[in-house]
Amino acid sequence: MTAGSKIIPVMTIVALIVAIWYACVVWMNAPFEYDQAERAKTEPPAFSELVSRTMAQERPVLPAPHQVFQEIYKTTVLKKITSKRSLVYHSWITLSATLLGFLIGAALGIALAVGIVHNLAMDKSVMPWVITSQTIPILAIAPMIIVVLNAVGISGLLPKALISTYLSFFPVVVGMVKGLRSPDRAQLDLMHTYSASKSQTFWKLRWPSSMPYLFTSLKIAVAISLVGAIVGEMPTGAVAGLGARLLAGSYYGQTIQIWSALFMAAALAAILVMIVGLAHSHVLRRMGEKPQGAVT
Amino acid sequence: MADTVVSAQDLSLTFETNDGPVHALSQVNLDVHQGDFVSFIGPSGCGKTTFLRVIADLEKPTGGSISVNGMSPEQARQARAYGYVFQAASLLPWRTIEKNIAVPLEIMGYDRADQQERISRVLELVDLTSFEKKYPWQLSGGMQQRASIARALAFDADLLLMDEPFGALDEIVRDHLNEQLLKLWDTTNKTICFVTHSIPEAVYLSTKIVVMSPRPGRVTDVIDSTLPRERPLDIRETPEFLAIAARVRDGLRAGHSYEE
Repeated sequence: MTAGSKIIPVMTIVALIVAIWYACVVWMNAPFEYDQAERAKTEPPAFSELVSRTMAQERPVLPAPHQVFQEIYKTTVLKKITSKRSLVYHSWITLSATLLGFLIGAALGIALAVGIVHNLAMDKSVMPWVITSQTIPILAIAPMIIVVLNAVGISGLLPKALISTYLSFFPVVVGMVKGLRSPDRAQLDLMHTYSASKSQTFWKLRWPSSMPYLFTSLKIAVAISLVGAIVGEMPTGAVAGLGARLLAGSYYGQTIQIWSALFMAAALAAILVMIVGLAHSHVLRRMGEKPQGAVT
Repeated sequence: MADTVVSAQDLSLTFETNDGPVHALSQVNLDVHQGDFVSFIGPSGCGKTTFLRVIADLEKPTGGSISVNGMSPEQARQARAYGYVFQAASLLPWRTIEKNIAVPLEIMGYDRADQQERISRVLELVDLTSFEKKYPWQLSGGMQQRASIARALAFDADLLLMDEPFGALDEIVRDHLNEQLLKLWDTTNKTICFVTHSIPEAVYLSTKIVVMSPRPGRVTDVIDSTLPRERPLDIRETPEFLAIAARVRDGLRAGHSYEE
């Protein structure tokens, strides 16, 4: 399917979602308007009046899409990016922790996978712990990481990044163990007949074989890195970052602020995953991948 | 004998499985001489592939002895005494044909110029000269298999071990590759051990045919071919060829290879 033929179905779905959203805005925000009218001892507003009022509340239960996008516009384009009210500033705080955590997580994941594939003791002992680590809710462990690291004098970017690492190394370990083991029997036998060393087998066979697995894992890892960074911002007292915006928004009932931070986080995640996707296809092309639909 | 390349005495290999021991090879005695083209033929489970893998040090025998170039299989492997061709071409999909042939050369530490010279020489041997920059997926199955043969020839091993290399190819391609392989064997003067399921292929190619039978895997007959070295494809209709084929079939029947 070409990009052009996708536009109509995609736009149809978007239009549908927006329509449902607006309907929900009226439905969910209307009780407040009725309540106001009752307190002011006036007649409840007529329907058309009601609709326009539900979409212009200051603290709506559910903000309308245009309110959210106005807020995003106001806090990105109209604010200097150094301002504490700029969403770009907060996004960058979160993004820097995300990227640092993602890099450490990817490196750690690859290193563990290499160990697991090459060392029988690690194969038997490490994987259960890796899986156990992911059964602990991140919300429970995040404050402890922050507090413990703070006690030993580490604060700022690194503790948040380590929470991202905690989440993102996992898919990389699992994917890379599978990827490094993906060469078939005959290919490994062939290396054996050449009397290849372990490192020669690794660099010439295992590592290139694992590339599709690596990038699939990295896509998941970068998305949950962002989740980790946002979670990591919550117990730090909501100083800065998208997590802080979410938390502050919920303290003060600023639903529009919450939603705009949410949209920003979603856009950020989409861009990050897209960048990894582009890197993936670039690497595969460099590796002489058979183009889609090619006939030999 | 001085020119013995592979020598097996009372060679046995038993795999321990959950269903009890499997006797893959039992009391195999065989000598392969320099310049021989030896085919191993027999039904599945007769140990022909296992025997090849023992020569290649991919399996360890559990009894008897075997020497390759007068050494143990492990020493022979470390001395890079043989090239191995599998049923699947097993080319690395991310490397071009010339880069695939370079894999063993890189591992064995040949310098760049030497690699390049060897690559073009073996590509010419298998008739793939203008395909060196192509990726494996751009080649047909037969061409891929020729590339994998070129890869096994690129370093100076005198012994070529081939495990059903043409088993997955259609008969027309197979005929063509058999002819090419004979020519290649003639010009390079290598010793070839060749595993096959096909009686005509075994008779057409070999100077010596080893007939094997399953349960336990053993040698039932060793036939020295009387066919001349020069073999056009239509030699397969001569009475001499048919007589050898009949003897192979008898050997298989004697080993109960045709029974279920």
